[in-house]
Amino acid sequence: MSSSSDTIIEIRDLHYSRAHRPIFKGLNVDIKRGEVTAIMGPSGTGKTTLLRLITRQLVPDQGHIYIDGIDIARLDQEELYALRRRFGMLFQNGALLTDISVFENVAFPLREHTNLSNRLIRHVVLTKLHAVGLRGAADMMPQELSGGMARRVALARAMVMDPDILIYDEPFVGLDPISMGVIVRLVRKMNDALGISSILVSHDVHEISTVSDCSYLISDGKVAAKGSPQELTNTTSDLVKQFMYGMADGPVAFHFDAPDYAEQLLGRDAE
Amino acid sequence: MLRDIYYNIIDFIQDFGAFVLFSLRLFMYSPMALIKRFGLVVAQVHNAGALSLVIIMVCGFFVGAVLGLQGFSNLSRFNAEDSTGAVAALSLVKELGPVITALLFAGRAGTALASEIGLMKATDQLSAMEMMAVNPIRRVVVPRFLGGVISMPLLAAVFSCVGILGAHIIGVGLLGIDEGSFWQQMQQAVTDKDIEEGIVKSIVFGVLASLLAVWEGYSAIPTAEGVGRATTRTVVLTAITVLIFDFMITATYL
Repeated sequence: MSSSSDTIIEIRDLHYSRAHRPIFKGLNVDIKRGEVTAIMGPSGTGKTTLLRLITRQLVPDQGHIYIDGIDIARLDQEELYALRRRFGMLFQNGALLTDISVFENVAFPLREHTNLSNRLIRHVVLTKLHAVGLRGAADMMPQELSGGMARRVALARAMVMDPDILIYDEPFVGLDPISMGVIVRLVRKMNDALGISSILVSHDVHEISTVSDCSYLISDGKVAAKGSPQELTNTTSDLVKQFMYGMADGPVAFHFDAPDYAEQLLGRDAE
Repeated sequence: MLRDIYYNIIDFIQDFGAFVLFSLRLFMYSPMALIKRFGLVVAQVHNAGALSLVIIMVCGFFVGAVLGLQGFSNLSRFNAEDSTGAVAALSLVKELGPVITALLFAGRAGTALASEIGLMKATDQLSAMEMMAVNPIRRVVVPRFLGGVISMPLLAAVFSCVGILGAHIIGVGLLGIDEGSFWQQMQQAVTDKDIEEGIVKSIVFGVLASLLAVWEGYSAIPTAEGVGRATTRTVVLTAITVLIFDFMITATYL
């Protein structure tokens, strides 16, 4: 394999099936160091599954995933946990621990992995909460937060160990325009200010085009298109056009596979 | 038909294998958790034990009271009503204390454990821990398991004591059995071996009930229906397993 220094994650010939249904059929993706890379695709194409494969929460049927040139399939439990400390992951719903406060949620990785004094932990946690604008919510419980606030707390938690790679799983879903704008700005700001690499899974085309350096469009288990937001917008491919402009019908059919309409309405089953 | 049976057998073997591996990991991590995560274990003893005290004491009292009534009415036919205390104490310490406590424990604490862990799974909290390089079995499951294992024998002891008190209030206070005979017959009848049998049972049932509860939660399908099913299975499986083990332990002590 070739491991160029500007590529932090390489995915090569990835195959993965779930319940005998192929999700990926020879996927190749490069994530560049220091960039925001977006993974897009229609619902059900396996975007979240891809994130779980990259972090080895799932194991591929075939193919390899290299992080800094290391094949993650070969890591034992200890090495895998050491690798995961280099990741920060923002889950779709925040995934905050519901039995502890916002402050303790952000402090959680520090308490688990370091021997820092309480004073230093307090300092680091408040700094991270300040960065996402929620220093004032430190004593609240996760149940008291709105969806947008919960995701910002989760972002502070994802950053608290100063990761090399930040992964966002559908960070814009179900947010009001203000919260969405805040998250979009934070994604870009964190990436540039901390010099990290970001992977962003989403199907919000507009938001992605304002924040990503490079986008992959995945369809039918493979990369259907790749390029900057500008390149994808100016595409000639019918599939990319359908996705980028939100057209109801096209290569991705509006109707799920079904028997003939007239036959089903008038046929014997109707009686 | 044969194909379905074949797949069911394969599924059962796979599930059982996963359960055995899970249990081994749990037992392996437990000693360290008692030292490194003592605070979490204490919190779980409070959750599983202290919060179950009211239900255990109320049920213990009424079971003891019923033993007092039944003991008196049946033993008085043979003019042996003074033995009511001995009968109540033997029934409670050897049998009803550990068994009923385990069943109540499964209903109160076991369901809470299974649904809590199942919901943590459904809301990605366990995955988030994995991603923060924190082993969720060590952080979430083991302290809850140990909390249950420590609480169960203590709750069974409380159940038996309150039960004896209930039998005393009914037998001596209400039905007029001689107080001296009540306690003296009890002291003569209940041996160290009987108490040992009760303690062994309550420890074994504590391990079983806690293990099944955390396993059902941890292996639940991460949906509302899956967590609901895990909660139900916890109670049903615990009840069946406890009664089977009760029979086996009783047989070995005969």
